[in-house]
Amino acid sequence: MHYLDIIFRSIFLENLPLSFFLGMCTFLAISRKVKTAFGLGTAVLAILAIATPINNLILNHLLKPGAMAWAGQPDLDLTFLGLLTYIAIIAAIVQVMEMAIDRYLPALYNSLGIYLPLLTVNCAILGGVLFMVERDYSLGESAAYGIGAGAGFFLAVVALAGIREKLEYANPPPGLRGLGQTFIVAGLMAMAFMGLAGMEL
Amino acid sequence: MQKLSTLMEKLGRHFQQGGRYERWYSLYEAVDSFLFGSNTRTVGAPHVRDGLDLKRIMSTVLVALIPCVVMALWNTGHLANTALATLGLATPEGWRGSVMALIGCDPASHLSNLVHGALYFLPIYLVTMVVGSFWEAIFTLVRGHEFSEAFLVTGLLFALTLPPTIPMWQVALGISFGVIFAKEVFGGVGRNFMNPALASRAFLFFAYPAQITGDQVWSAVDGVSGATPLGQLAAAQPGQIMQSLDWSWSQAFIGTIPGSMGETSTLACLLGAAVLLATGIASWRVMLAMTLGALACALWFWLTADGINPLREIPPHWHLVLGGFAFGLVFMATDPVSSAHTATGQWLYGLLIGILAIMIRVANPAFPEGVMLAILLGNVFAPLLDFFVIEANVKRRRLRHG
Repeated sequence: MHYLDIIFRSIFLENLPLSFFLGMCTFLAISRKVKTAFGLGTAVLAILAIATPINNLILNHLLKPGAMAWAGQPDLDLTFLGLLTYIAIIAAIVQVMEMAIDRYLPALYNSLGIYLPLLTVNCAILGGVLFMVERDYSLGESAAYGIGAGAGFFLAVVALAGIREKLEYANPPPGLRGLGQTFIVAGLMAMAFMGLAGMEL
Repeated sequence: MQKLSTLMEKLGRHFQQGGRYERWYSLYEAVDSFLFGSNTRTVGAPHVRDGLDLKRIMSTVLVALIPCVVMALWNTGHLANTALATLGLATPEGWRGSVMALIGCDPASHLSNLVHGALYFLPIYLVTMVVGSFWEAIFTLVRGHEFSEAFLVTGLLFALTLPPTIPMWQVALGISFGVIFAKEVFGGVGRNFMNPALASRAFLFFAYPAQITGDQVWSAVDGVSGATPLGQLAAAQPGQIMQSLDWSWSQAFIGTIPGSMGETSTLACLLGAAVLLATGIASWRVMLAMTLGALACALWFWLTADGINPLREIPPHWHLVLGGFAFGLVFMATDPVSSAHTATGQWLYGLLIGILAIMIRVANPAFPEGVMLAILLGNVFAPLLDFFVIEANVKRRRLRHG
């Protein structure tokens, strides 16, 4: 029940793009088509679900003060290496993911383009990992949080893509075509999502 | 009338292409079609054989809203008059007092109630229409599209969802936000994805919660503050919450309870629903699915009441008459533009809204009422539901026909 609560919370109440506005670049760029958004959402979900628990292991067994006791260094505090390690882990996972998508889903690989390798520095993913650190999750909790946060991103980006496909019939003022309009849509979506903030189940 | 028609037609040529006032054509068209209806006929095939255009749809919704408006006037006036009677005052303070001095504030007199309510409703409605039409006119002139009657509906819906005590500048701000950012930015009526009236209401709700959240408030007389039924229930002791309510189910059904002006009366909303369903304007699927979703969710909460959260103990049939549920169900969720378009999509859309509405109402202590936010979320997910329904259909037909 506790894990379900974390998942539910991170999908709906603390949605990364719509409540914290993290990962905006990919969120706005890869949401023109539902199918592409689907692929991107799955990629982010997979990366977050793997990266968060792995980083949790590294944090607890290598970086935290006293974590290196098994190596004979009980006073060592390596948390200053945190950001560096998290990014490196995320980069490695993205790299593997990229090779896998290139091999098995070439169409998706082409439509994601530069945004796939850029997931390395996607703030939603790093943000998810840092939330895990800040909230002091255990291994199980961080796995649940990674899945939930990834699913939240997935849901938001697919919903945005659905709206944008519908808005192909829209006729916005010339200055707002494309990205400008998408920003407004994202804002309105975030307003609707505020209805779920504060929910207690 | 005949004279006016000839005059408009004579004036018309100045506004046609190449005429002197070509730039102002959309405003001329708005006045002309408001007064006389359209002369346009389809010349080439396919011929449109039904007179059901946007104008007719919107006028039907306006007709369906009449019971709600009457009830809004009467109930606002009735609550204000009752509050005055309890305070022992003859007339309210301020400019309303000088008008009411002519009629007298008697809660038993329908005329007095209606007039007193109108003194609260009409200023709000007037500000909504003036400010909203101003933006609408600017956009039609600059963008060159037609002035749409849909704004009449948006404006009326928005005014009906407001509490009588709301400051006028907030009304103006809210409707400006809705018209510009939820509608005109996307190119006007039919191209938006979110109901502009609801977007305006939600904008005010989040920006100025003190005036609009609804746990306090909303009787129109200064110095009298009462809680809305949902606010009262949220503050009740678990175990005996229905006894703590000051109103009976039939009162809530007819709508003599405090709340936003137009939303209190389930009966008036049902009359509107009958009009909308008989004319086929609103989708019965959305209405039915939303009711079922809400009932199912309310039943689940009711059966698993834990004795901690008093709202869980509201019986399901009470949920349907409290707050803005009926109003949102009939007039907001069924908005043909922002709801789902496919039949299966409409079922899913309705269920989603119904469940979310009760869930936010019961399980979210931050907000006393969830219908508005649930419909906004429904609007957000409606295109996605449609997308999946269409995809499934494509896949099925491909399997069938190879």
